[in-house]
Amino acid sequence: MLVEQIAVFLENKSGRLAEITAILAENSINIRALSVADTADFGILRLIVDKVEMAKSVLRENGFTVGKTLVVAVEVEDKTGGLARVLKCIKDAGINVEYMYAFVNKTGENAVLIFRFEKMDEAIATLQKEGFTILSREQICSL
Amino acid sequence: METLPRVGLESIQLRRLQHLVTRVYKKVEPYRRKMEAVGVRPEDIKSLADLAKLPFTIKDDLRDNYPFGLFAVPLEEVVRVHASSGTTGKPTVVGYTAKDIETWAGVMARALCCAGATKGDMIHNAYGYGLFTGGLGAHYGIEKLGATAIPVSGGNSKRQINIMKDFGPTVLLSTPSYALNLADAMDSMKIDPKSLSLRVGIFGAEPWSESMREEVERKLNLKATDIYGLSEVMGPGVAQECLMTDRGMHICEDHFLPEIIDPDTGAVLPPGEKGELVFTTLTKEAFPIIRYRTKDISRLIYEPCECGRTLVRMEKVTGRTDDMLIIRGVNVFPSQVEHVLVGIEGVEPHYLIVVEREGNLDTMQVQVEVSEGIFSDEIRVLENLSKHIQKEIKDLLGVTCKVKLVEPKTIQRSEGKAQRVIDKRKI
Repeated sequence: MLVEQIAVFLENKSGRLAEITAILAENSINIRALSVADTADFGILRLIVDKVEMAKSVLRENGFTVGKTLVVAVEVEDKTGGLARVLKCIKDAGINVEYMYAFVNKTGENAVLIFRFEKMDEAIATLQKEGFTILSREQICSL
Repeated sequence: METLPRVGLESIQLRRLQHLVTRVYKKVEPYRRKMEAVGVRPEDIKSLADLAKLPFTIKDDLRDNYPFGLFAVPLEEVVRVHASSGTTGKPTVVGYTAKDIETWAGVMARALCCAGATKGDMIHNAYGYGLFTGGLGAHYGIEKLGATAIPVSGGNSKRQINIMKDFGPTVLLSTPSYALNLADAMDSMKIDPKSLSLRVGIFGAEPWSESMREEVERKLNLKATDIYGLSEVMGPGVAQECLMTDRGMHICEDHFLPEIIDPDTGAVLPPGEKGELVFTTLTKEAFPIIRYRTKDISRLIYEPCECGRTLVRMEKVTGRTDDMLIIRGVNVFPSQVEHVLVGIEGVEPHYLIVVEREGNLDTMQVQVEVSEGIFSDEIRVLENLSKHIQKEIKDLLGVTCKVKLVEPKTIQRSEGKAQRVIDKRKI
């Protein structure tokens, strides 16, 4: 039910992002989704990739600090209000969103929302009860 | 000698001191001139307390007389020289006669014994060999003891660890920062320190904190002891911690006479007070030194030690009078910052302090590496960590600093003495 996301610590220095993506490319690792959170001093790159363990170890070998977190991927129709409906249900359950990002799949029909919630299990239960589609890692990678 | 009653020891010290002052007065012109300038003659030294009448020697005296001006024997008697790196100016040069080398090996062998090493040990000596006194100084002590020396010197951590794995040394000699560097390398080579035979480490040549000791002990699975020495006085082996206490290193007082002074006034402080450590050599032939100001901050502990040695102990050096930073009027020692960092779960003791002046205000930035132990994919968690470090430093030092989280291994690792401070202020 949960999807593995890798996170990489980035100092605010030019070229770091380019370096990471080059390392992933050299190892034929495909990025399915990504987001960068940044402050004045540092950033955190969050990635969903097809080969999680491999991505982790190649980045580590290249001296990056890498972490692995579990996130939830929710599929919604790519229509006005799609995200709003998910967030309303989460808000009503009193759950906080730590962070989120989204991408639209190839067909352009559906959008995939990636969430990290404060209370992951509770959030999943709530979303399932409300009938939202939660994607597995395999499903994400095959999109 | 190490367990002699103090009265006996002091009478030996006085006799040796009188002999030294007489000899230096006769043979070394710069010393004679300095003594004449304050009106002291060798016969004025009637008790150990009269030592205070003699002028201090400072690093600049060594530089002014570069290279051999302070030698007390003709060069043909000198069998070896060592020199400092000269990073802060002209290098300082010291010399040894054959007897000096013998004395040095003796005090170094004592230091090894003091840390529990015996003839049966194999000793991995990762102090740098060369002009630096660390490598060769320790080496001769190891051979004097009859133990087996691995003269691996500094650098090439991977090879060092393979040697540890294959040869099975039981004692490690290195700087504390290099010991941590080795621990890092073991980690990346996936070698468990428990699978090695190391039992005790003898670490010195730079100030290190108690918390760094714990870190080294945990990461290398050995007992970490502190050694003290400096080339101007001899080299490693001037003082060494015994296994009974982690409070202070026994000074080889029959060869090196310590004093603690107020670094500002130069006044000798009463026993037990903290101040700048000053040494006078009692037996050295080629390069005797009188009242050398080490710039190291310590205190002398005269209480008897459980181990039975009567030799006075010097407390772990907590800082240097010259690496003390004054930031907005507050005295800051890098070792205090280190103490804070090591106390925070998951934080690596690799850090860099950058001091700058913006307008008229000093700013201190502490760079800390983000290891996987503290990394989070949430900004909030990392920002809280920065704030936490900032608060701990503020609480201990009374100085507000900026904490900058940096990528791992971006702070330079030392292969010898670690550089912890970059002071960009132009004062």
